[in-house]
Amino acid sequence: MSKEQGKSYSAGVKEYRETYWMPEYVPKDTDFLACFKIIPQEGVPREEAAAAVAAESSTGTWTTVWTDLLTDLDHYKGRAYAIEDVPGSDDAYYAFIAYPIDLFEEGSVVNVLTSLVGNVFGFKAVRSLRLEDVRIPIAYVMTCGGPPHGIQVERDLMNKYGRPMLGCTIKPKLGLSGKNYGRAVYECLRGGLDFTKDDENVNSQPFMRWRQRFDFVMEAINKAEAETGERKGHYLNVTAPTPEEMYKRAEYAKEIGAPIIMHDYLTGGFTANTGLANWCRDNGMLLHIHRAMHAVLDRNPNHGIHFRVLTKMLRLSGGDHLHTGTVVGKLEGDRASTLGWIDLLRESYVKEDRSRGIFFDQDWGSMPGGFAVASGGIHVWHMPALVTIFGDDAVLQFGGGTLGHPWGNAAGAAANRVALEACVEARNQGRELEKEGKEILQAAAKSSPELATAMETWKEIKFEFDTVDKLDVQHR
Amino acid sequence: MSAIQDYKSSLSDVTSRKFETFSYLPEMDKDRIRRQVEYIVSQGWNPAVEHTEPENAMDHYWYMWKLPMFGESDVDRILGEAEACHKAHPHNHVRLVGYDNYKQSKGAEMVVYRGNPV
Repeated sequence: MSKEQGKSYSAGVKEYRETYWMPEYVPKDTDFLACFKIIPQEGVPREEAAAAVAAESSTGTWTTVWTDLLTDLDHYKGRAYAIEDVPGSDDAYYAFIAYPIDLFEEGSVVNVLTSLVGNVFGFKAVRSLRLEDVRIPIAYVMTCGGPPHGIQVERDLMNKYGRPMLGCTIKPKLGLSGKNYGRAVYECLRGGLDFTKDDENVNSQPFMRWRQRFDFVMEAINKAEAETGERKGHYLNVTAPTPEEMYKRAEYAKEIGAPIIMHDYLTGGFTANTGLANWCRDNGMLLHIHRAMHAVLDRNPNHGIHFRVLTKMLRLSGGDHLHTGTVVGKLEGDRASTLGWIDLLRESYVKEDRSRGIFFDQDWGSMPGGFAVASGGIHVWHMPALVTIFGDDAVLQFGGGTLGHPWGNAAGAAANRVALEACVEARNQGRELEKEGKEILQAAAKSSPELATAMETWKEIKFEFDTVDKLDVQHR
Repeated sequence: MSAIQDYKSSLSDVTSRKFETFSYLPEMDKDRIRRQVEYIVSQGWNPAVEHTEPENAMDHYWYMWKLPMFGESDVDRILGEAEACHKAHPHNHVRLVGYDNYKQSKGAEMVVYRGNPV
């Protein structure tokens, strides 16, 4: 007989590795691949813990059940196929697991995450568990919508070429009235920024309901465009308590002619985000994505989900901008690692590169890429480094670095714009920005009193705390 | 710290109008423009020249000056076409474009002759 026969039901618990540890397995092009960092409980062998993770994130449960025999589990099971030491750690190791594509509903980031980072993270056999990276097979990528427009379309819509764009988050983030808020937006935009942004905390609170905010902000955009002759936008945050409310706000933003709206993809959730991204694609609306809650998931080096995975999930779910950290500002972010996930957001093919924390080749096919957004504690003195690190396909967002200018928002915006253009001009001339940044900015400040004053105001501010989540490297 | 300065910009003051990339820097002299053209060429982008009446500067489509100079790497020729366009349309804005055919986008775009804004 050709088929394997004689499988009989025997109740009880068997070791996971008998079924789920398959070092001889060669992953298929259509498999999802995952790299987990595992610290097992004492006495649990590596292979067993790796197999347990494979089992619990796919077909397995803690005991054998008779209905297992009604299907071909070998077709559906996840397989732990490799184990590697984690550089610089005695107790942690990487486990590589392959999942057949049939396990996941097409176009559903929700389904992918529910399996890969579901119950298994509370599993007793592991002390801690971190999803370091995933390889999404191109066959699955093509079932997802991805960014509603992507970098190239956004450049065409906003008419911004040959440089990063500039933004600013309006502050104070809570407590302004709609009309005063619109004033702050107007001042930034007339001074030379391309975008302003709702703070993520701004939804529709009693001090400023969304409707007034949208109306006043739109007047600010229109006037700044007429005044400067340039295209402008403001990320109107439509993150809302319910999907119905979210779409209501998005529809109104479209009605008044706003070019871009905004969503918080982790607190809002992937179902909401994917739906909104599809709506944006259908309605010609750009979508800016904020990442509140990410550090809860990604900051602990031994437990949780690495941000490069959250970046991939957002690219599948959809967003034209994603916050990626700044490397140089007030928030956490290792440089090599950040460069890795910036590539994962923007490029169409990303090669495995352990020096940047990338464990797998990732093919995005024809899916558009999104702009990397650098925001948080940055000011004009950071500009040379930011242009070097992020290149052109980024939005550099100076909140305090615009609004905190001693002469006001418009002067702060102009200072940033002059600094940016001076850096881009110098880069194009082949100068090394990070070495010559000071001279480049000083020369530009000669014709811009706004920049000179900004440089004087912020010259002493630096953020030199050590990074908590570093790449895993031998450090002993 | 110096005294607060007013930010001079208004609807009625036409000098408030900008021209996107590099328009917040002082108008570039010939040498600085040349360096940017060299950059466009070094990136393998296709240079092009476009112009418009200042009152239509917000339009996406400006008038093409001839056709994009596909494969042109002679910086003097590129600068010469921009100048010829300017001479033929002395009151118009003239911009230099670097078409990036791989990204299907413009890798560079900058106004090199500023007409009188409105």
